[in-house]
Amino acid sequence: MSHQGDSGVAGRFSGALGGFRLDADFAFPGEGITALSGPSGSGKTTLLRAIAGLARFEGRLMVGGEVWQDAGTFVPTHRRAVGVVFQEASLLPHLSVRGNLAYGSRRAKGEGGLADAVDLLGLGALMDRRPAGLSGGERQRAALARALVTQPRLLLLDEPLASLDAAAKAEILPYLERVHRSLKVPALYVTHDRGEIARLADRVLHMQGGRIVTAPPAAEPSLAGLDAAARDALALAALRAGLGDSAP
Amino acid sequence: MTTTLRLAGLTTVLLLLVATPIAWWLARRRAWWKEAVAALVTLPIILPPSVLGFYLLIAIAPQSPLMALLHPFGVRTLAFTFEGLVVGSMVYSLPFAVQPIRNAFEAMGPRPMEVAATLRAGPLDAFATVALPLARRGFLTAAILVFAHTIGEFGVVLMIGGGIPGKTEVISVRIYQLVENLQYGDAHRLAAAVAVFAFAALLALLLLDRRIDEAVK
Repeated sequence: MSHQGDSGVAGRFSGALGGFRLDADFAFPGEGITALSGPSGSGKTTLLRAIAGLARFEGRLMVGGEVWQDAGTFVPTHRRAVGVVFQEASLLPHLSVRGNLAYGSRRAKGEGGLADAVDLLGLGALMDRRPAGLSGGERQRAALARALVTQPRLLLLDEPLASLDAAAKAEILPYLERVHRSLKVPALYVTHDRGEIARLADRVLHMQGGRIVTAPPAAEPSLAGLDAAARDALALAALRAGLGDSAP
Repeated sequence: MTTTLRLAGLTTVLLLLVATPIAWWLARRRAWWKEAVAALVTLPIILPPSVLGFYLLIAIAPQSPLMALLHPFGVRTLAFTFEGLVVGSMVYSLPFAVQPIRNAFEAMGPRPMEVAATLRAGPLDAFATVALPLARRGFLTAAILVFAHTIGEFGVVLMIGGGIPGKTEVISVRIYQLVENLQYGDAHRLAAAVAVFAFAALLALLLLDRRIDEAVK
């Protein structure tokens, strides 16, 4: 695929894991949010895990000019500057919100970004709370802040809103937009929710049967060519459709 | 009394150290033959203490191949020694240490360790700061069970310890001998002391567990 210069992310993975075959060749620029979309079981989460180094496939991966994997290299997850937000609650249950954030920032020597992340995600009042006492939306906000304070060069989000109800989604989306605006590193955002794509994504990669495919005929509208008003209208419509999908 | 407490305390501490890597390995591996290892580790529950004690006695006798390995270190035999009792007690209580810890590691699932890795914690770091605290109930249960089981053991210690006063004579063996000599009064006092001590120790640990639990919430 096209090379993305030094700042982008490019890779290719192939192989089978537990009966599932991944054969993905992908590249995206080193800024903004790239949505990774596709039907359930198409391999989105598997690809994200391969990029994080949590699943091992044959292949190669370059992130911002750094080799994370190639024929002779496999950088283990704890040495990759990657921030991951998982689908369901993944805060360490024995630590407070503050403890969870500190766990990441201390090891990544990223104390400088702590206050910013707390501010950005509105966690000030929640810092001393335990994960068990937080709502689903609050937990995901804390998990996102925790990923940000590790000073990642790549942010991976695996359907971070999928486990939330419509109200919690609506509450957290503005925070995600704020993160989007201040984000200095590329993010890969796994979702099949068109509302989230319209509001957050700068571009979309489609996945089907373990492969990255070119956009299907009913392509996601390109947002780049639209003016602000048209974009908002489209986003709102898409959001309603998305929320409607998930309403009980 | 002191021989018994020393034996139970030392066995508990050493066994937790030995059982933790075994439990971790059993909890994380998927290979079918790991169940063969699990069965081997569980065997002391099923074997009569006299059978286990007999094999242990053979293993720690002066002519055994195992002891031959220790000859260069000046150790000829562990039979009828306190050290031998510790080794025997560890084998005897191994399943009571491995099983609760393995269950705790399995209940935790793979996610917390993955999270720790994405937060730049290396494997040992993540084990110490995530797996151990999350599995602490398993460790507490294992410690209680091993301690209690060691205090209560009789057959194995009699077989490999011989009940030498001040050295390998634990309370359970002492009570047996008192009864054999028809010293019922002394047997009563000692038996009552053990029962009260066991109850108090268990109660203290359970209360401690409750406090840890409340501190987390």
